[in-house]
Amino acid sequence: MNTTNPDSSTHEREYTKSTVDRGDEEKLFLASQWRLMWWKFLDHKVAVCSLFLLGLFYLVAIFCEILAPHSPSQRARELSFAPPQSVHWVHEGQLRRPFVYPRIQHFDRELTLLTYSEDRARPLPIRFFVRGDTYKFWGLFETNLHLFGVEEGERLYLLGADRLGRDLFSRILYGSRVSLSIGLVGVFLSLVLGIVIGGVSGYFGGMIDTVIQRFIEILMSIPSIPLWMALSAAVPPAWSQVTVYFCMTVILAFIGWTGVAREVRGKILALREEDYAVAARAAGVKEFRILMRHLVPGFTSHLIVVVTLAIPGMILAETALSFLQLGLRAPTISWGVLLQDAMNLQAVNLYPWLIWPTAFVVMVVLLFNFLGDGLRDAADPYSH
Amino acid sequence: MIEYIVRRVLLMIPTLFVISVIVFTVIQLPPGDFLTTYAINLEQSGEPVAMEVLEALRVRYGLDKPMPVQYYKWISGIVLRGDFGQSYFHWRPVSDLIWERLGLTATIAFITIVFTWIIAIPIGIYSATHQYKFSDYAFTLLGYIGLSIPAFMLALLLMNVATKFGLDVGGLFSDDFIDAPWSWARGVDLLQHIWVPVIVLAVGGTAGLIRTMRANLLDQLEMPYVETARAGGLSETKLLLKYPVRVAINPIASTIGWMLPSLFSGSIIVAMVLSLQTTGPLLWRALMDQDMHLAGAMIMILSTLTVIGTLISDIALAWVDPRIRFESHTT
Repeated sequence: MNTTNPDSSTHEREYTKSTVDRGDEEKLFLASQWRLMWWKFLDHKVAVCSLFLLGLFYLVAIFCEILAPHSPSQRARELSFAPPQSVHWVHEGQLRRPFVYPRIQHFDRELTLLTYSEDRARPLPIRFFVRGDTYKFWGLFETNLHLFGVEEGERLYLLGADRLGRDLFSRILYGSRVSLSIGLVGVFLSLVLGIVIGGVSGYFGGMIDTVIQRFIEILMSIPSIPLWMALSAAVPPAWSQVTVYFCMTVILAFIGWTGVAREVRGKILALREEDYAVAARAAGVKEFRILMRHLVPGFTSHLIVVVTLAIPGMILAETALSFLQLGLRAPTISWGVLLQDAMNLQAVNLYPWLIWPTAFVVMVVLLFNFLGDGLRDAADPYSH
Repeated sequence: MIEYIVRRVLLMIPTLFVISVIVFTVIQLPPGDFLTTYAINLEQSGEPVAMEVLEALRVRYGLDKPMPVQYYKWISGIVLRGDFGQSYFHWRPVSDLIWERLGLTATIAFITIVFTWIIAIPIGIYSATHQYKFSDYAFTLLGYIGLSIPAFMLALLLMNVATKFGLDVGGLFSDDFIDAPWSWARGVDLLQHIWVPVIVLAVGGTAGLIRTMRANLLDQLEMPYVETARAGGLSETKLLLKYPVRVAINPIASTIGWMLPSLFSGSIIVAMVLSLQTTGPLLWRALMDQDMHLAGAMIMILSTLTVIGTLISDIALAWVDPRIRFESHTT
């Protein structure tokens, strides 16, 4: 996109005249609004790193079937609550390629607990492109190729196992698909709602504006989690996984749109009084065209910021609701669903690795916040 | 000032009305009503369900009436008689069940706000006066992490660590005091337990408040009046605390109202994890059982508390900052 901010084009021309001989500066003054933003964004190292890492996270979500060493639903009773295997380098004093020791199950009669020990005699080297559990890649074709893992029939549990002996690491990778996408879909829905309602509010003004603004204030004063809880409790348990997923995004958007709507309205009200909008009006341009052609490009960047900062909230809300068994339910895998196992304090004490999904949630939320901050600084490239 | 307060209080009435409609609608959304759940539960436990009994109950609770009538019955009970209706699941009036829990929820929220302020304001001042120093960066990073960790995860982690050290952190009371009547000893017991949820809930708010305080104070420190005072020979501490800090705190006063919704939200999930005797677990149970009056009453009261909290913080802001009062006159 190379929409130029109409407001700045005159300034650009003025400045360029006096600085023709300085190539770099000329480039700077001729650059479009979006190019300037991109440059400014690149200055924000933390935000750039966050964008890159988030990209990785989403790639992992897309290709989780290949990346996960096991199928997320493959049970192994002999490995119920098996602790994470540590990766070793040295076997009997010799440096080897990374390997793990297989787990052997014992039953502790005193504690009536399953305990595990390492079978030190049998190192299992971690290899690339191994055959393992079969899966259907993107639901298209069947294969059993995994990016890394141990020999077929053996299990590699980097982050331990759950009650049914399923690999937590693979489940977290599969869970990222739902947890990461639900934020995007939810934000998209709230964006649509927010733009339409906020646009109507700012464009028409007057009575409609007052009513909509009051309504938004009221909606924002209801604590969101109880409202979300009540809404998700209304989703019938019998519905299919896909329907429930869609319902959750709608529920998340139900409150999420208010922030977008406020931003849109505020910007429209501010920008319509700008000189260039007044000039366009004086030149006889129709109101709707002024809105779409001149006002919307002016606040698109701010919308992107609002949206980026809204995504982590949605991811957290999904996690919290699923954690409370009010959102997605097994067999759907999401980070919140995985955390249901960790709700029990006893379980957390005995099997602390069950809270691993929290680390992923926190990381993604942190990255989105960093990214949003960087975007916010870049969104106003003319600020100095 | 009085005119401003009266206007704001009057504005609360339509606000609360709309909230009550939203809450009632949301509560009614689940398919079927409490009696269908009740019948299913009975069936599962093997008891025969008499249709006549169900029908009689339905009439008794007014569940056969159209929605607006049900809404009117519900809201008029609350407003006129302070009667929140009957909990279907517990077979007791809702009021019996919720007040102590609501009191505890509000107590936790109040202590959390005070705690947040005590921690965040000094750190914010320190960060602003030591801008771009190592400690400033360290606090900023901590703040980011604090903002990103959802309260319930922090609760899980804290529980995990605390039990490793053999501390009893679950719940709000020791076993001896859970059902005991209020006494001095019970209050002390509460104080011994309340710090865990307070810390957990305060982290997110503290992180946000530090950032706001830092930014506000930085804006003030650039003002010419600071330079003037410094030129006049005022000591740095006095200069800082007497003017810029006071101005910087003003806008934060208005955020108390905005803290409440997120505090109540957060406390619900934290309460589930820490099994506190607050509204959280009760609301969750009520929603699971489709115990509509109970859930509705709780969401309604939490929302009302939020609206009142916002009102109080707005009034406080108008009191400390005359510009706001004048603004309301002109509009």
